[in-house]
Amino acid sequence: MIGIIDYGMGNIFSLTGALKRLEADYIFSDSTEELAKCDALILPGVGAFTDAIANLRERKLDVFINDWASQQKPLLGICLGMQLLFTESCEYGQSTGLNLIPGSVIEIPDIVKVPHMGWNYITHKNKHPYLEQMEEGYVYFVHSFYAKTPEENIIASTQYGVEIPAIVGKGSVLGMQFHPEKSSETGKKILQELLKSWRVI
Amino acid sequence: MLTKRIIPCLDVKDNRVVKGQSFVNLRDAGEPIALAAFYDKEGADELVFLDISASLEKRKTMIEMVRQTAETISIPFTVGGGISSVEEIKDLLRAGADKVSVNSAAVKNPQLIEEAAKVFGSQCIVLAIDAKRISDDGQPARWEVFTHGGTKGTGMDLLDWVKEGVQLGAGEILLTSMDCDGHKQGFDLDLNQAVCDVINVPVIASGGAGKSEDFLEAFTKTKVDAGLAASIFHFGEIKIKDLKEYLKNKGVDVRC
Repeated sequence: MIGIIDYGMGNIFSLTGALKRLEADYIFSDSTEELAKCDALILPGVGAFTDAIANLRERKLDVFINDWASQQKPLLGICLGMQLLFTESCEYGQSTGLNLIPGSVIEIPDIVKVPHMGWNYITHKNKHPYLEQMEEGYVYFVHSFYAKTPEENIIASTQYGVEIPAIVGKGSVLGMQFHPEKSSETGKKILQELLKSWRVI
Repeated sequence: MLTKRIIPCLDVKDNRVVKGQSFVNLRDAGEPIALAAFYDKEGADELVFLDISASLEKRKTMIEMVRQTAETISIPFTVGGGISSVEEIKDLLRAGADKVSVNSAAVKNPQLIEEAAKVFGSQCIVLAIDAKRISDDGQPARWEVFTHGGTKGTGMDLLDWVKEGVQLGAGEILLTSMDCDGHKQGFDLDLNQAVCDVINVPVIASGGAGKSEDFLEAFTKTKVDAGLAASIFHFGEIKIKDLKEYLKNKGVDVRC
């Protein structure tokens, strides 16, 4: 069972649609009791960093997620959910994140159009036990900030003015800057491999 | 390399997809969710749903259709048409829309862009603009912003409005040429390049595409990021797979 963390930050129907197509069971909940029973968690998210982290803290979900990760249980953050995994962000002023992966979320330099919006090609960098055969290909990005993190945490990356980490990972925690649930066949294959590694499908 | 996007637009009225010539003479082109799923398979990079009657009739866009679409397709989509409050934007994003486009309401109340971008992030706020050329031949090109489905002139200069919209937080511009829309004679290159020159967010060219060469021209002669069309896709005049293959062979980066 996958637990999708509900903290009031939009858009889960694409994700639940993708999980259904892969025949994975899930719940969508803000109850730490319910989420604690799951095999793996997904932290989705669309919106601004400061509101998102405030919403997590208000519901005491930040503490819960930190406990979860410290037990080496699997967690995937998607898009803003990925950015929340880092130490800090400079979106609308400095704010701290969950600090599960060391690094800062900073603005994409304006030598390219911002947001980074559309389909870009990701290549495999470091191996992660959950994504050993990671599918390379075009996936859908939509973001204005990106994660600056030590090389060893980058599982896949893409080029857009600078190197943009596309998949990051540390221990049992993974993050995807793109939307796998919106990335057609390539996204489906990446999610499928991950869910198989999690043993939820 | 970020690819150029091909975007079919589904103009929706009463839960049916329609497309008119220059905003009138509506013709029926099918059922929205089935058509969306078809385009996903065909290789469309993104979809836009415009509730074309909403702005005129003050009707809310269809949350249920958005939800079903989100569950069905695996590419992103934008929803627009008559959206005038942060609350409506929130409902649409929660129902599964990736982006929401604002048009008339943002002209009336530019703070809507700022508020929405602050709450949801710039990347999901698209500023849709209908522009009409007002300069005479031989004069420097100028365009006026129109609202309410292209029926009301605002007197506002296009480039001023584009700059203001982006400054307020719009993350993308959906730019429709009223002069070219429905005529299938190609995108308005001057218009699209003029807008790309004054801002640094993605621009979707809309209005005028009639054949594959029109997309190639827009992607090679201007800095637009995406090309949008409706009827030529709905009626099978251009197949998206063929269009992308053609663009790829011409050296344009596309996903195929």
